[in-house]
Amino acid sequence: MDELKTGCLVVVMGILLVSVSSVVTGQTLSEAYKGNIYQPGLLKPVDSVLKVNVGDGAPLFTLPAVSGETISLSQYRERRNVVLSFVPAAWTPVCSDQWPGYNIMKGTFDRHDAILLGITVDNIPTLFAWTNQMGKLWFPVLSDFWPHGALAEKYGILRSNGVSERALFVIDKNGLIRYIDVHDINKRPPLEDLVGALEKLTK
Amino acid sequence: MKTGDCGFKVKIVSALLLVILATPAMVPAEPPRKGGPLPSIMLPVPKSVEEKTYLGLSGTGTFKIPQIRADVVIVEVFSMYCPFCQKDAPGVNEVYDKIQKDPGLRSRIKMIGIGAGNSAFEVETYKKTFEVLFPLFPDADYVIHRACGEVRTPYFIGVKIQKDKSHNIFLSQQGGFPGAQPFLEQILKESGLREGGR
Repeated sequence: MDELKTGCLVVVMGILLVSVSSVVTGQTLSEAYKGNIYQPGLLKPVDSVLKVNVGDGAPLFTLPAVSGETISLSQYRERRNVVLSFVPAAWTPVCSDQWPGYNIMKGTFDRHDAILLGITVDNIPTLFAWTNQMGKLWFPVLSDFWPHGALAEKYGILRSNGVSERALFVIDKNGLIRYIDVHDINKRPPLEDLVGALEKLTK
Repeated sequence: MKTGDCGFKVKIVSALLLVILATPAMVPAEPPRKGGPLPSIMLPVPKSVEEKTYLGLSGTGTFKIPQIRADVVIVEVFSMYCPFCQKDAPGVNEVYDKIQKDPGLRSRIKMIGIGAGNSAFEVETYKKTFEVLFPLFPDADYVIHRACGEVRTPYFIGVKIQKDKSHNIFLSQQGGFPGAQPFLEQILKESGLREGGR
């Protein structure tokens, strides 16, 4: 009897979850992507365990960029503050709308002497095709594809299905992490939170 | 079968029925239909005196779009994060500019924007970046976006308001902004303002 009850409850919860996730997206989609955005449905908000904290030295990395360059975190040391914007996957709803917003914020990043680095675990050709739909981006987009998700793993934001969390790290000119937002993967981080973190760097 | 089992099964069936019945309430509305009314949209009366004057509103609290003092209201559902909204922003501004410079249209056509999923800060960022002069409203929790059928952005809705404040939608268009002059001509034609004598 207990098994039957549990089974039925699971069915009811499952139907509820499917109903909610399939019909109430709480996301906007730009016409820019037409019908080319894959709908992953409602996902577990966070599915990893962070390995770094505010105040820690940011783990170093070198990654290939869509532009053909190779970008290292160390090249910004003592020169620029750095914002790492990890998004889970190309061609998915929230991710496709996040960086185009940052793309009109160059003035804000410049004011705080910061560079933005966009990072996903997708490969370069995928990132090339996807970011082309966003218009011309002023910031580098890096691929953490191979070894797969190694940087995301280093920071403790690689999810169990191999994509990264939707996460923001603000790193100061001394290479110290000053802000971390491992955000609910289903939602876009509010812009004001990131701008607030940048303002704290220059206060 | 025990009596208890039967009662439990009834409860389960009832719960399933409840879920099935409740599901339509969670389904987002259809996109605004040409000829039909606007979905129920409540917006905050702007704090800015200029915007309040522009829309012909007074006081505080909320208002509905047909309360705007105009014959036609153009609503753009946009997002600060939407590349096409950003690309079209200068052209949409030009529509506003053309209307404001035309003494025959200035008081008859008003424009507003609704930032789907955008906070007040994000809407303000968009407004400043693209120097948008018409009122923009945040829809941070997607309430309006959902009521509008979760349309892709940008989305343009044209509303004709009658003297008795009844209204109907004459334009419901996903993207496809054709440029300022063709868009304004489309508005004038489809709203009937052109035939109404300028």
